[in-house]
Amino acid sequence: MSEDTHRDKKRLENPPATIKFKIQRREKEGAPACWETFELKYRRNLNVISVLMEIRKSPVTTAGKQTTPPVWDMSCLEQVCGICTMVIDGTVRQSCSALIDDLLLASGSDTVTLAPMSKFPNVRDLKVDRSRMFEHLKQVEAWIELDGSYNLGPGPPISNETAQERYAYSRCMTCGCCLEACPQYDGDQYIGPQAIAQARLFNMHPTGKMDMDERLNGLLGEDGITNCGNAQNCVQVCPMSIPLTKAIYETNRDVTVNALFGWLKQ
Amino acid sequence: MSSKSLKFAIVGGGLAGLAAAMKLAEAGHEVDLISVVPVKRSHSVCAQGGINGAVNTKGEGDSPAKHLDDTVYGGDFLANQAPVKRMTDMAPEIIYLFDRMGVPFSRTKEGLLDFRRFGGTLYNRTAFSGASTGQQLLYALDEQVRKWEVAGKVKKYEGWEMLSLVLDEHQVCRGLIAMDLQSLELKSFAADAVIMATGGPGLIFGKSTNSMTCTGSAVSACYQQGARYANGEFIQVHPTSIPGEDKLRLMSESARGEGGRVWVPKTDRDERNPRDIPENERWYFLEEKYPAYGNLVPRDIATREIFQVCIEGHGVAGENQVYLDLTHIPAETLTRKLGAILEIYEMFVGDDPRQVPMRIFPGVHYSMGGLWVDFEQRTNIPGLFAAGECDYSIHGANRLGANSLVSCVYGGFVAAPSAIDYAKNVERGNTETNGIHDIELNRQQQINESIINSEGGENQYKLHEELGKVMTDNVTVVRYNDRLQATDDKIRELQERLKKISINDSNLWATQAIPHARQFANMLELARVITLGALNRNESRGAHYKPEFPDRDDENFLKTTIAEYSAEAPVLSYAPVDVSIVEPRKRDYSSGKKPPQVPRDGYEDKPKNRAETMPLNPENKEEFEEAKDK
Repeated sequence: MSEDTHRDKKRLENPPATIKFKIQRREKEGAPACWETFELKYRRNLNVISVLMEIRKSPVTTAGKQTTPPVWDMSCLEQVCGICTMVIDGTVRQSCSALIDDLLLASGSDTVTLAPMSKFPNVRDLKVDRSRMFEHLKQVEAWIELDGSYNLGPGPPISNETAQERYAYSRCMTCGCCLEACPQYDGDQYIGPQAIAQARLFNMHPTGKMDMDERLNGLLGEDGITNCGNAQNCVQVCPMSIPLTKAIYETNRDVTVNALFGWLKQ
Repeated sequence: MSSKSLKFAIVGGGLAGLAAAMKLAEAGHEVDLISVVPVKRSHSVCAQGGINGAVNTKGEGDSPAKHLDDTVYGGDFLANQAPVKRMTDMAPEIIYLFDRMGVPFSRTKEGLLDFRRFGGTLYNRTAFSGASTGQQLLYALDEQVRKWEVAGKVKKYEGWEMLSLVLDEHQVCRGLIAMDLQSLELKSFAADAVIMATGGPGLIFGKSTNSMTCTGSAVSACYQQGARYANGEFIQVHPTSIPGEDKLRLMSESARGEGGRVWVPKTDRDERNPRDIPENERWYFLEEKYPAYGNLVPRDIATREIFQVCIEGHGVAGENQVYLDLTHIPAETLTRKLGAILEIYEMFVGDDPRQVPMRIFPGVHYSMGGLWVDFEQRTNIPGLFAAGECDYSIHGANRLGANSLVSCVYGGFVAAPSAIDYAKNVERGNTETNGIHDIELNRQQQINESIINSEGGENQYKLHEELGKVMTDNVTVVRYNDRLQATDDKIRELQERLKKISINDSNLWATQAIPHARQFANMLELARVITLGALNRNESRGAHYKPEFPDRDDENFLKTTIAEYSAEAPVLSYAPVDVSIVEPRKRDYSSGKKPPQVPRDGYEDKPKNRAETMPLNPENKEEFEEAKDK
C-alpha cells in the first residue's frame, strides 16, 4: 500500500504486541458491577465487535480466571441499526465502527475500556434495555396519519431541499447516544433530543404538519422540551450527525407559537 | 363470522413482517409480532440502493411488463412468472404508498420522486432515499406499526426468538413457541395463522453481508416440522463487499449505478498508487466484456468475473480484491447521492472513496431460495405463510438489485389478506385447550435442558467458524460436485460434534450460548439443503455455477428444487416453473442489447388496471374478492 493513499489519516505506526480489554461485568440488573480484563494478540483491522467475538470463544481473564463470556448486543455491524452502542474509552458510540487502531491511537495506551450505557437498565454486562426510547416515539406520535394503506396515488410534491433536510432527521437509529451524553437526561424524566428530532421530522412534512399540534402536545409535559439545558452534547455524540440542536430550537419555536396563538384556532 | 377479530402471529419485524402487520391491523385484526431484536433494528436497514418500480417518470417508456421481463430474465427464468407479474404491477403503487408515509425519497426539480438506474436493467426505475433506502422504508413501516401498537392492534415481543411451530394432529399450524432471550422463558402463542418473515440465512456462511440476526433458524425449524424449502442452492454472492474480520460489509450496487467503474491494473501486482496508473494501463474488464451493461451487469455475472480475475492472479496486489473506482465523479455529487455508503467505507477501512478507489471482493449476500409458497404466499403447511427473503418466490436463480425491498413489501401485502382469508374459514376448535401447545412447549424446554447439560468439550463458536469456512469455500461462486459432497460430509460431522458441546456460560440470564447453540443446529440443517440442492443441480443457472456443467439446461432443470426434511437427509424433488408470460430465452448481457422479450400470446404490455394490482383495502370486500380471483 503506498503512503499517498492514506495521507489524510493517521495510522497506528508501532502497535503493541498485545492489547488489553477492560470490560465492565454485571450478572443481571441490580447485581453489583465489576471489571474484568482480557488480553489479545494485536492484529490489524480489528474492531470492538471482532475482539468481543474472540473473547467470547474462550473467556479467560489476564489473571488466568475462566469466566463467563461477555454479553453484548450486535446486529448489522454497519452502524445503521444502533443496537451495539456502548461506552468505549469513556465515549458513547457504536462498537461495530470502533476500530481498535483508532482507539489505541487516540488514547496512546494499550488498553481499551468497555462499559454499558449508564442511563438505561443494564440487562447484563454490556447489554442495556432502551425500550423507553420507543415509548418516547409514541408520545410524540412520530408517524404520518394515513387514510389507509391502499392505493391513493403519490404523496405531495416536496422540494429536494426539504427532502434532504428531512432525510438527515430520518437517519436516526434510536441508538441512545444523545440521551447517554445529555446532562439533563437521568432516570427518564426528560424525553430527550431523539424524540424531539423525530417530531420535527414529521412536522416538516406537508401531511405530517396537519397533526403538528398533537405532536407538540407530547412535548409540553413535565418531561417535555423545556428540560433541554442547551449543553449541546447530543449533537456532538450523534453518530448520524443529525442536527439535533436545530431540531430542538425549531420545535421550541413551534411550541411557543402554538402556546401564544393556539387559542385563536379554537 | 365477519365481525370476529382474528389472531395472527408474525415472526420477524423487517419490511415483510411489518408490511403484513400493518395490513392485518388495518383490517381490524390482532397481531403478535415476534422479533429477536427491536423491529426498528431489523436487517432491512442494511439495504442501501433503492426500490424498483416502473413508474416511468423519465420518459423512457418503462413499464411493469419490462420490469417483469428484467426480473425473470435476470433470474434466469427460474421464477414463477405469475407472482413476479403481480409484484411488478404493484411496485409503482408500493413506492407511492411509501411516499405518502413520508419517506424522504430523493426528488427531482419539480419535487417529484427521482429514480436511478440499477443492475440488470436499462431503465431509471429505482427510487432511493440517499443511500439508506432500506433503513428509510423500514422506519416508515415501523412508524405505521407503532401507531397500530398504540391502537392496541399489534403487540410486539421484541427480544423473543421463535423456536418451533405448534401443529395439530392434522399438521395444521395453530401457533408457535418462542423464547424470551433474557429469561429463557418459553411461551406458546396461539394464532389462527402464522406469517414467517425472518429474512435470510447468511450466517450459515460465517461471514456475509447479513446482520448477525440472519441465521435462518426459525425457517429451518419450520422446514424440520414439514414445511417445504425451495431453491435453497441459489445463494447470491454480491460482487462488491468490503472484507472485514467480523463481517463483510456491503458496498451497494448504487456505487456502480452512479458511475462507479471496476478495474485492475493491467500489470499484475502493479505497486503504484491507483491514481498514478494511467487510463490505458487499467483493465476495465466488465466494460470490455459487456459493452452494453458494462459495470451494471447482473450480480451473478459481476461476481464471477471479479472472482475469476482474482483467481487468475490479476487482483490488486495479487490479493482477492479489485478496484471499484468513483474518483472520476465530483466529490459533491458523490456525497449527495452516495453519502451513507461512502461513509461506511471510510468508517471501516479508513480511506475516502472520493479520493481513493475502493478495494472490494464478492461476499455472500442474499438467498433466492426459501420456504416454498404458492402464489398467495401460503406454505404447504395449512395456516403457515411466508413473505420476504425467507420465501423463495420472486427472484428465481438470481435477484436484481433493488428488487428485494419491493419483493419484501409485496410479500407482506399478499400474505396478510391471504392469511385473513384462510383464518376466516378455518375452525379453531379446541386447539387452544387440547394440550398441543403444552406438548410442544415441553419438547422445546427439553431441548434447552439438553444443551445446558451437554458436556463434551466442543466449542459452538469454533464449530460455527468451521461451517462458515467450508460453505464459503465450496458452496458460493464456483461449485464442484466432489467438493459439494465433501461439504455435506463435513456438515454431518459438525452435527455430530454439536451434540458434544459444552456451553461456556454458567450465567443463564441473557446468555447468548443457548440461543446460539439452537440457531446453529438449525443452520446445519439448512446448510445441508443448500449444499445437496447444489450437488443435485447439474447445470449452471443464475447464481449457481458449475464449471463441469457450464450451460443452462432447461430440459432437465427448468424446475424448482423442493427439499423436504427427513432425519436421514433432505428429500429432493423438482416442480415445474410457471413460464406462462415470457418464453425462456438465453441470458446474455454481452452483446449490444439483451435478446428481445417474447411475450406469450394474449399478454399485452398495457397500463395496469388498479383493481388487479394494488394492496387492496381489505375492508372493501367486493373489490377484494373480485381481485383475488384473478
